[in-house]
Amino acid sequence: MKVSEIIALQNEPACSHNKEEKSGCARPKPGATAGGCVFDGAQIALLPIADVAHIVHGPIGCAGSSWDNRGAASSGPALYRTGMTTDLTEQDVIMGRSEKRLLHAIKQAIDEFSPAAVFVYTTCVTAVIGDDVAAVCKAAENLWGVPVVPVDSAGFYGSKNLGNRIAGETMIKHVIGTREPELARQIPGIRVHDVNLIGEYNIAGDFWNVAPLFDELGLRILGRLSGDARFRDVQCMHRAEVSMVVCAKALLNVARKLDEKWGVPFFEGSFYGIADTSQALRDIARLINDPDLTLRTEALIAREEARAHASLESWRERLRGKRVLLYTGGVKSWSIVSALQDLGMDVVATGTKKSTAEDKARIRELMGPDARMIDNGTAAALLSAYKELRADILIAGGRNLYTALKARIPFLDINQEREFGYAGYLGMQELARQLALSMESPVWEAVRRPAPWANTKVIGLPLTAHEDSGAPDVRNGRTQESEVRYG
Amino acid sequence: MAEVIKRSKPMSVNPLKASSSLGASLAFLGMRRAIPMLHGSQGCTAFGKVFFVRHFREPIPLQTTAMDHVSTVMNSDENVIDGLATICEKNHPDLIGLPTTGLSETQGTDILRLVREFRATHPQFDSISIVPVNTPDYVGSLESGFALAVTAIIDTLVAATNHVGRRHRQVNILANASLTPGDIETIKEWCEAFGLRPVMLPDLGDSLDGHLIEADNTPLTLGGAPREEISSMGESIATLVIGASLDAAADLLRARTHVPDYRFDHLMGLDACDRFTMTLSEISGVAVPARLERQRAQLQDAMVDAHFMTGFLRVAVAGEPDLLAGMDALLHGCGAELVAAATPINSRVLAGLSCRQVHLGDLQDLERAALAEKAQLVIGSAHAAQGAERLHIPLLRAGFPIYDRLGCHSRPWVGYRAARTALFDIANLVLEHHHDTLAHRSFFWTGGPREREVSLTAS
Repeated sequence: MKVSEIIALQNEPACSHNKEEKSGCARPKPGATAGGCVFDGAQIALLPIADVAHIVHGPIGCAGSSWDNRGAASSGPALYRTGMTTDLTEQDVIMGRSEKRLLHAIKQAIDEFSPAAVFVYTTCVTAVIGDDVAAVCKAAENLWGVPVVPVDSAGFYGSKNLGNRIAGETMIKHVIGTREPELARQIPGIRVHDVNLIGEYNIAGDFWNVAPLFDELGLRILGRLSGDARFRDVQCMHRAEVSMVVCAKALLNVARKLDEKWGVPFFEGSFYGIADTSQALRDIARLINDPDLTLRTEALIAREEARAHASLESWRERLRGKRVLLYTGGVKSWSIVSALQDLGMDVVATGTKKSTAEDKARIRELMGPDARMIDNGTAAALLSAYKELRADILIAGGRNLYTALKARIPFLDINQEREFGYAGYLGMQELARQLALSMESPVWEAVRRPAPWANTKVIGLPLTAHEDSGAPDVRNGRTQESEVRYG
Repeated sequence: MAEVIKRSKPMSVNPLKASSSLGASLAFLGMRRAIPMLHGSQGCTAFGKVFFVRHFREPIPLQTTAMDHVSTVMNSDENVIDGLATICEKNHPDLIGLPTTGLSETQGTDILRLVREFRATHPQFDSISIVPVNTPDYVGSLESGFALAVTAIIDTLVAATNHVGRRHRQVNILANASLTPGDIETIKEWCEAFGLRPVMLPDLGDSLDGHLIEADNTPLTLGGAPREEISSMGESIATLVIGASLDAAADLLRARTHVPDYRFDHLMGLDACDRFTMTLSEISGVAVPARLERQRAQLQDAMVDAHFMTGFLRVAVAGEPDLLAGMDALLHGCGAELVAAATPINSRVLAGLSCRQVHLGDLQDLERAALAEKAQLVIGSAHAAQGAERLHIPLLRAGFPIYDRLGCHSRPWVGYRAARTALFDIANLVLEHHHDTLAHRSFFWTGGPREREVSLTAS
């Protein structure tokens, strides 16, 4: 991919980050960088398309440690969970055999799995040695008549976020608009409308909490990127009447281009929390602008909200006043704040590292003008904020899970690797249950309690878990700076 | 005698292999107050981190030189120097492991020169050990990368000496990539039973066994082999090498220190345990303690009890060569048959396996072989679960990664006690999946009272 193309992708007019300095352009700092690469981001965005053969073109490092490692659920085919890689050898790299291997790999995938399409992901090594992946894909498509889509996603192009965007761009360029949808099944007395979901990955079957409501309202989900998606769905996303961008700024480029090229309007929303779920349904009805749909939507919201509030009553008792430290990026920071407030909880601080000025304004609106915002997401910073603010639970991404557990504090995982669905009216109950489950667990008291012999004067290190002063500094374990030069 | 079948497919399907860069990182994670930094793009590290975090359910210190498009095209020397300086300044580790990746190797990085350059320009960090190792991911696998890192640690930390036996109860243990934290603990106790003091290289049993520490968090490993102990390996009375993958590391250690070594391909099953026990007894001059005698007798009892289920049991195993060799011995010893095997790379142990063929390949190869050979049990990582489900046979989890079960990461496999537990587990899986003979319902019953009986076995 050319540098100019990368820069073009970083310029996203629909994104509220766009006006500010772009952190995506800053060079990552060696020795102090966290987070995935472009290939990682591209996979996150596209891998959930369930009937596609996803071939990772590169040596084993990329696919070997990442295949089948996410929780996106499919209601049908499981082909996306089959790991496929050209697994290049040293000979391939040196002798330039990798293009040939790729062509045969595509053939193998088509012969063995009859996929709806093949996606080929370029990785660092194949980009550096100059493989013409696009040409190989084109040749393969001509030879075997199955769509073969090149995803130019070498890791060194940049961050995970850029990878999301490249994936979206690839769909716009190669997939969306290549097929016309079938007529929707008619529902007597109701006019059926088509909608797109963008940036919804159906993690742990999250969206299935909400999907029945769409059916009920006569909203057909025409295409999605990419939870429980099929290649055929993505092909006809251009015919939807509205796109909802779910908690994902990175794929705004897809929504914007759908709007520009095919006139599909879009909005940003979330299915976290009762209020946001209702708002999302309202926004869909508003953009479609069908008075009957609006009426039915309001009726459905009233019914579902009443039901949800009733079922949450007992949980609210238990969670009221509990203090939450929330650390998650961007849109999710405010959408989850409102979900937690719905439960009567007190959000004492929230992470805003990836949030825009607009997100932050929204947070202030929700949490008051003195809302504490955390930009530094290192383990040490989170833990000290947790202590200082006397929080009862940390809610963050899986990356911080074991940080929290090692520090003996209750935790709720809110990101991609989690095992429970929290979306929609039903998801709130699960969220409440998981929060209570961790906070009320007897294990915290047990693991903070020192051993009964901790204060006796015996040889060895006494366990003084909650006396900060008594905790031995790990560095003290070292003998004095020795003069010896090691290695 | 197994025939080694080389890869013939253009594409790996359901890969069994994890990269050598990850293997090297794992070895460094067994050093105390250490952190590995992969020289590559940030994704190499992010994926590796998730891989290990999900397997061990522990925080994993792992950094990256974060190559971007500019440094990939121009050069990435600065990334390595800056990255090392940043880690030294921020975290003051004892040791930084520096494995390369496919990207930096394709670019042609000279990692040894970069470390020399760093030494010349940053003398204030001389007390911090830096261990570079070439591990492009298009060569080898987790096991071989791990072994290369062990060799590199020896190369960096162990001086050429002639002080064999100065520490007259100390023995060196070189531990291969397939040994779990539980295995390492077992081996330590085994040595200590003979009054010996083991120095483990690396010591995953101390760093990734899963234990809460005093401090709330540390950016470095929370245990592992202390650097000073590794430096004293030349003063031990003997080196015990576990795993064929560590041949080169063992050769280097012996050449440096002249400490005599004893090599074991694995420590699984009765015979291997007996050999190891005898060796420890000879080295230490201590008779085999009653405790071990009892454990051995317990294993023998379990073998007798379990042989009804394990006898003729047709097993398919996927794993790194050292694990495969151990599993083969364990299975063979209880009358089971290794009928299908897949492994990511070649090794001298493969030819000695008891199966007919071993595939250098992926989990698809294993699944096909298992189907063709009518295997009744699969042994492999969590990734093998999909295949086992399709084959309708049970899976015993072993190897990397296991992210769908708790505790598997630290489960011991070596030693008498672990062999006994493994036999029980295999036998229990067989019992659980036992299919009763389908009841025969006679056609003479048609129209009679037995026709309307509710069948107990038909489902």
